[in-house]
Amino acid sequence: MKFLDFILESIKIIFFKGSKAYYLWIGALLLLIIWGAFGYMNQLQGGLIVTHMRDPVSWAFYIGNFTFLVGVAAAAVMLVIPAYIYDWKPIKEIVIFGEILAVCAVIMCIGFIMVDIGNPLRFWHMLPFVGTMNFPSSILVWDSFALTFYFIINFIVATYLLYCLFTNKKYNKKLVLTLVFVSIPAAIAIHTVTAFLFNALPARPFWNSALLAPRFLASAFCSGPAILLVLFQILRKITKFEISNEAIWKIAELMVYAMFIYMFFTLAELFKEYYSGTQHLIYWEYLYSGIGKNNAIVSYGWSSIAMGFIAFLLFLIPRTRKNFITLNIGAVLIYSSVYIEKGITLIIPGFTPDVLGQIYVYSPSITEIQTAVMIFSLGALLFTFMVKIAIAIIFEGYRSRNVNRLVESLT
Amino acid sequence: MQDKNNSRRTFLKNLSTTALSTILLSGCSSQAVEEFFQRNFRELSKSDVDRIINKLEDKYFLKYGKKFHVSAEPAMDETEFAYGLDLSRCIGCRRCVHACVKENNQSREPQIHWIQVLQMDKEKGIDFSHSNVHYNPELVPEEGHFYLPVSCQHCRNPQCIAVCPAKATWQEPDGIVVVDYNWCIGCRYCMAACPYGARHFNWAEPTIPVEEINTETHYLGNRPRPKGVVEKCTFCVQRVRKGKYPACVEICPVGSRKFGNLLDPDSEIRYILENKRVLVLKEELNTEPRFYYFYGV
Repeated sequence: MKFLDFILESIKIIFFKGSKAYYLWIGALLLLIIWGAFGYMNQLQGGLIVTHMRDPVSWAFYIGNFTFLVGVAAAAVMLVIPAYIYDWKPIKEIVIFGEILAVCAVIMCIGFIMVDIGNPLRFWHMLPFVGTMNFPSSILVWDSFALTFYFIINFIVATYLLYCLFTNKKYNKKLVLTLVFVSIPAAIAIHTVTAFLFNALPARPFWNSALLAPRFLASAFCSGPAILLVLFQILRKITKFEISNEAIWKIAELMVYAMFIYMFFTLAELFKEYYSGTQHLIYWEYLYSGIGKNNAIVSYGWSSIAMGFIAFLLFLIPRTRKNFITLNIGAVLIYSSVYIEKGITLIIPGFTPDVLGQIYVYSPSITEIQTAVMIFSLGALLFTFMVKIAIAIIFEGYRSRNVNRLVESLT
Repeated sequence: MQDKNNSRRTFLKNLSTTALSTILLSGCSSQAVEEFFQRNFRELSKSDVDRIINKLEDKYFLKYGKKFHVSAEPAMDETEFAYGLDLSRCIGCRRCVHACVKENNQSREPQIHWIQVLQMDKEKGIDFSHSNVHYNPELVPEEGHFYLPVSCQHCRNPQCIAVCPAKATWQEPDGIVVVDYNWCIGCRYCMAACPYGARHFNWAEPTIPVEEINTETHYLGNRPRPKGVVEKCTFCVQRVRKGKYPACVEICPVGSRKFGNLLDPDSEIRYILENKRVLVLKEELNTEPRFYYFYGV
């Protein structure tokens, strides 16, 4: 009964307790979702032909977005490690917001898989018991297990913590800590397994490098915290959420390490490929210099490097790191850099030239962009709702009707 | 072959089709529901298969106005098929490509070709990065070039099958790698995994001119495919399990294509393996193809 109350109150918070800016933001997201949904409807009717994917480039922007969001999901929770080690004060809040982000990112991941497959209604064919799951052979099955497991843990922890606050019950600290500590290796697992998805294909030399999974993790540790960094500042402004400047700078400092490792791995990869100069270099050439007139993704490749490098400098130099304007510019730049890397420059060169050496020049179609906008807006909407509920319960003192609102919050 | 014109006539036509389909809805939707719940082909009983095939034949009759025969002929005993391709003979005429398209009901628009013929430079040897599938001269063969047709290699160690999350593709006892078009979810992981570009996706509803359709089909082979599934060469499973040659072997004007049973010591393919120098593509990937290239002369 109390849980029903929790749900009903949450719905109330979402729909009736917002400011003007909040409703404006929701309205804008809804408009984007509708615009995107038209594109997706188009794809459902005509088939994936409305994308620019074809046999030579059979995975592209959708799978790239999926990969990127797995990174976001993973990194959101990995931020709990430093929060715990450095004993940042609002650790419970960092955990809750990190896990909310993880939950939304995983939902977006599943969204991108669903729009990418040719027969979404047959999705159950790869499930255990009802379908004929190809376990343990297919890494895709491993990945869906890892993601589901990760989703469930994070959803439980975030909901449970909020519910306890809402009903003014003491939460079971042992249970929550155990789940959080399980979710950390699970976060590493989802990104590793996603990297293995590509890594496991000897037919695609571009991905067939042992550095792929480590690079994935490093890049995720750049993009995921970037979102939380900005979110924490917003929350600090509009709510009673308290996080010290030092904690924010510490996150930025940790991101510098991640960026350095990411750059170092990339450099190691580039050295190996360019110095050896084997036939496998051709994928990197397609990415960074183009092959003949085919240079559709060269600008993506270099802009990702440039943005990542500028962000690295902004975060590295103490003066720009501690200035919130340059810090936020850096956060946006590194986020964009990793987004382009995962969205385009990781996937497309893997397929270009194709396994028979032929070049099909891919760039996303308007339908693909619309569909991606739809999923991102849906994710953002969900994230807004969940954050809104969390803010109301944590900072604005929303409590179950049976509970005296003046009772102190836990911790 | 959809009319994309948004004229009033098509609108009216659509309206009437909508009305018609509404009338037929009860029947159609039960068919759709039944198809939705259909199991993986390898889990079906004999009677299930018979029933499903009857339904399919009815469905194809409605769609194409022709009587189809859909076979589910299993592999023959003591058979392991293998292919030989004589690189010294192939002239790159692509007759095999078009014979294959016709025999196997491949979509014309969007175009699907199970066989890709690569034009290579004699100077470079077998080098994919300098090959070209879009060659288009008046006459083949062209000076300084040779031709390398590639289709499914029916590997003994097929990476496409390993990665499929739903076991929608597998290797039959006679070595043929097949896809269950009613089970494939269309994730295209197999296409990413295949080192030979042998797998093709139905990006749209396939279109086949009714007058060119081949009604003699196999469930795991050349029956018409729905959109959103992967398809590939099956060595013409509908023919070879009846003792016929694949269509590409039959059409080849220079006799560069050989096919036979590896387990039969008197077969032509065994003769080639024993007497010619053969090679397989990308042997370093350990896929162990059943498709051998050789130099006959």
